[in-house]
Amino acid sequence: MTGKIHLDRAHLHHLWRQMLRIRRFEAKCVELYQAQKIRGFLHLYDGEEAVAVGVCSALDPARDAVVATYREHGHALAHGVPMAPLMAEMLGKLEGCCRGRGGSMHLFDVARRFFGGNAIVGGGLPLAAGIAMADRRLGRGAVTACFFGEGAVGEGVFHETMNLAELWQLPVLFVCENNLYAMGVPLEDSEVETEIWRKARAYRMPAERVDGMDPVQMEAAARRAVEHIRSGAGPFFLEARTYRFRAHSMFDTQAYRTRDEVEGWKPLDPVERLRAWMVANHQLTDDEAASIESGVAAEIAGAVAFAEAGTLEPVEELERFVLMNRVVQEPAAEAPR
Amino acid sequence: MNAPLRMTYREACRQAIRDALLADPRCFVMGEDVGKYGGCYAVTKGLLEEFGPERIVDTPLAENAFTGIGIGAALAGLRPIVEIMTCNFSLLALDQIMNNAATLPHMTGGQCAVPLVIRMATGGGRQLAAQHSHSLEGWYAHIPGLKVLAPGTVEDARFMLAAALADPNPVLIFEHIVLYNAEGELDPAVNAVDIEHARVRRAGGDLTLVTYGNGLPKCLAAAKALAKEGIAAEVIDLRVLRPLDMPTIVASVMRTRRVVIVDEGWKSGSLSAEIAARLAEDTLYELDAPVKRVCSREVPVPYAAHLEEAALPRVDDIVAAARSLLPVRQGA
Repeated sequence: MTGKIHLDRAHLHHLWRQMLRIRRFEAKCVELYQAQKIRGFLHLYDGEEAVAVGVCSALDPARDAVVATYREHGHALAHGVPMAPLMAEMLGKLEGCCRGRGGSMHLFDVARRFFGGNAIVGGGLPLAAGIAMADRRLGRGAVTACFFGEGAVGEGVFHETMNLAELWQLPVLFVCENNLYAMGVPLEDSEVETEIWRKARAYRMPAERVDGMDPVQMEAAARRAVEHIRSGAGPFFLEARTYRFRAHSMFDTQAYRTRDEVEGWKPLDPVERLRAWMVANHQLTDDEAASIESGVAAEIAGAVAFAEAGTLEPVEELERFVLMNRVVQEPAAEAPR
Repeated sequence: MNAPLRMTYREACRQAIRDALLADPRCFVMGEDVGKYGGCYAVTKGLLEEFGPERIVDTPLAENAFTGIGIGAALAGLRPIVEIMTCNFSLLALDQIMNNAATLPHMTGGQCAVPLVIRMATGGGRQLAAQHSHSLEGWYAHIPGLKVLAPGTVEDARFMLAAALADPNPVLIFEHIVLYNAEGELDPAVNAVDIEHARVRRAGGDLTLVTYGNGLPKCLAAAKALAKEGIAAEVIDLRVLRPLDMPTIVASVMRTRRVVIVDEGWKSGSLSAEIAARLAEDTLYELDAPVKRVCSREVPVPYAAHLEEAALPRVDDIVAAARSLLPVRQGA
């Protein structure tokens, strides 16, 4: 894999399809939430899709790891976790990726190196650094992409991990998804330094600010970062400026921002903007767009059918996996004595 | 036959770590001052020179991050031994210990285990005052998904670590600061211990003293004193605080019908409270006397020697509690 992005027709379609899968998957989730089939917290990624899709397009899904937050439907899909077990998880079914135990905030697919689904803000950062430490020690040549919101930079563990990752030159790509609000608190009300990438520079980590509404710029930046990390030069930090079009969660009345502000960001909608750009530049025909749309719709319909047909984990298994019998994530050959 | 080997608890801990590093290249030690300084309590002295900085990793003062890094490393194939200088500092890492290490296997539906060992010093008795002297192992024993060990003998200090590393679950080992200098003998025939069972350290038929960690030498001293009065106390060393080995406790109590629980934690909401409650649930009608507890006084442990001594469980308190459970002798 090289550091350069190949912007051919197929790749542009890939980026758009991936963003569309996330957008439509979440729209279906809202519908299922309103039908009370999904409960609990539901944090939507609507507007921010370009970040996960751009970064994950620069990763090698066979060896690279991803650590994400509680707003992680998009990262799971972009990293290659199949949609059906994700939807089953949303519905709390045994066939879900976590047997229905995690729900929306805790999607995991450890076999595909998708490590959540972490709902303690900042809690995923040291986890990512630890995975990266093991990967380097075991010679896997892997990069761990660690996504977190700008709210996480208020946590002490952000600073602890920045320092350690750079000190130990760990192969981590830190991606701060700066959507300007930590729930309802505007960035300028909570941080002295609102240019988040500068905080990483303070730890002597190479850091850039990227337009998080543009998947092409996101991927190009991520490819440069991944090349740097894979060369053994240590971690890299990207601050993606982005915006969430919907509420923080389904319980949020959005008293902290105006409708005008939200509308002001809408022209930057990454899904719509890439579509319009491709059409204008003869990279996407109406037929192709319709075909991609219907492919995504069919995938979602299949995922919903799979989830609806799913079963409930027997209550008798409630205490299963509190303690483990073996290190299941390792091949038998690597199993402990 | 080899003669019994005599060594300190500290040396036993050190040899256990050295063995683990020799046995498994995936194993490494990470923590504050474990390398150049040789460990705050000198447990890792000399290991940096022998194994190098990749295996003996000095960290900055960042408990939450390096504990989380240990969890991530365990998830991805290494076998970290994280050292937290004292359990008082472990509160800075409680998020990672509880929300990740203890939670991930169950929350992910069994997709991963967290084969991590965290060692920490615990307890009072060396005039280190309120921010270095508490016994928080009972708190950790509250958390599903963790195993909690408290070596009270040189043998357990020497061999519990290997069992903990072989376990696929996060295991917390609480080493009592007063015990580091204690000496004991190792039976050359023993080269492993289990981390499932409590042990009867002294047999006796009149009452049961249930304890762990530094409570063990105190209870053995109390049992000795009681023996002079003709009272035979059985001493149970819990060893494993989670999951609790209730069958061993219950078997003893069914014989003696009297029990004193000695726990350096505070009484309220404590491990001693848990054991007492379980005994009340399962054996109330077998008891000939109420359950007694000797715990730390409900204060932050103070610095001044006389105050610290008064705050922690004392041998005299244990003897008095035991005596109070037995009927007053006829004709005395």
